[in-house]
Amino acid sequence: MAEAETAEQANLVRVVLPRALVDLFPGATADTTLDGGTVDQVMRELDARWPGMRDRLVDSRPSIRRHINVFVDGRRVTLDTALSPGATVHILTAISGG
Amino acid sequence: MAARLLLLIGTKKGAFIAESDGSRRSWNLKGPFCAAWPISHVIGDPVSGTIYAGGGNEWFGPAVWKSTDRGASWTHSSAGLAYAEGETPIKAVWSLAKSKAADKLYAGVEPAGLFESSDGGETWTHIAGLRAHPSREHWMPGGGGLILHTIVPHPDDACQVWIGISAGGIFHTADGGATWEPRNRGTRSDYAPEDQRYPEFGQCVHNFVMAPGMPDRFYQQNHCGMYRSDDGGRSWHSIEAGLPSTFGFPSAVHPRDPDTLYLVPLNGDQAGRFMKDAKAAVWRTRDGGKSWASLRNGLPQENAFMGVLRQAMATDNLDPAGVYFGASGGQLFASADEGQSWVAIAEHLPTITSVETMVING
Repeated sequence: MAEAETAEQANLVRVVLPRALVDLFPGATADTTLDGGTVDQVMRELDARWPGMRDRLVDSRPSIRRHINVFVDGRRVTLDTALSPGATVHILTAISGG
Repeated sequence: MAARLLLLIGTKKGAFIAESDGSRRSWNLKGPFCAAWPISHVIGDPVSGTIYAGGGNEWFGPAVWKSTDRGASWTHSSAGLAYAEGETPIKAVWSLAKSKAADKLYAGVEPAGLFESSDGGETWTHIAGLRAHPSREHWMPGGGGLILHTIVPHPDDACQVWIGISAGGIFHTADGGATWEPRNRGTRSDYAPEDQRYPEFGQCVHNFVMAPGMPDRFYQQNHCGMYRSDDGGRSWHSIEAGLPSTFGFPSAVHPRDPDTLYLVPLNGDQAGRFMKDAKAAVWRTRDGGKSWASLRNGLPQENAFMGVLRQAMATDNLDPAGVYFGASGGQLFASADEGQSWVAIAEHLPTITSVETMVING
């Protein structure tokens, strides 16, 4: 029963991470599938897999960091954005620096 | 075992480590570490050999990096290094200090606030008492932002810490951070109206150091003058007579002689902030600030449009003491003889934000 419920509730999405982020977390993979109904849940799931990763992407307001962009289906999204099963979430570093 | 000296260098593009033996004749430079993030401060704990680097990256936010193998591998954490939801997020870690008495690490951040860690930088707790101080609404950012840039723990009393904020001034706690009081009496604020130039707080302190073996004596480099205190910072008096200017950033004290201090006076806050006449010099007093002499042997004396940032000078505890400074243009200079002569260890580093030393055995 419990397994059936889990399967029913799962909202599997594909998450693509930037190389600069992956390099900060030994063992992290740039292309991963996880369960996330919102962008915020994706961030928490990433943090569960690679502790500390949410802090690198989300600030304490809380919001996605100013120079991090998250796109779903070509659209820039926020933490609150709901995700459809099978969606692809692209996390990108914005142009920044000097 | 023979002593090994590590120079811990923070730059705008990563941390670097220069290593030498006790003779300090030749140096082996490694880096950049910390994913080439902007690193404001790198410190070492000589007891454990652990190196900590604080900084902040435009993409990924603030973090304290840590290496337990002399820089070969690094981890990073900012767990707990955050203000409450809704407040302006922390941009970067600016300063680090290890308290031997409290067995804690401290981290100063931008916007100004203080955090502590009791587990070697893995997790952090906000010391909320400082930002609860009623002066906070009057703190004004300086050129580097609203930053907590200097942390001086008392060597024996775990409850006492002094911190410096630009521009809020120096504050002291005697109860482990619950309450704080300003310690700025006698330091000027030249950019305030004429009748308000000696306020209780709000001065632009640039850096300050505690004299060895004298926990009540401090030396301070301020935006507006150089000062000494003999009462734990309650009152300060000017020691700038004999120096070429009243402006500079770093200060470094001799490891054993409380009367010997090193400063780097610059030509003024609105004149480029270079060493005077484009001739590089470190200035030293050996009598607690009564008299000064410039140290230039080996430093460039022509076209040296050089600045040194507030955390970018340090001494080591070898004998004779070494003195080191890093310039904004990436030159790193070392003296193995208390400042009498200098050599360039590196000439093309990124902008150097901090220099510290760690002496270890083996």
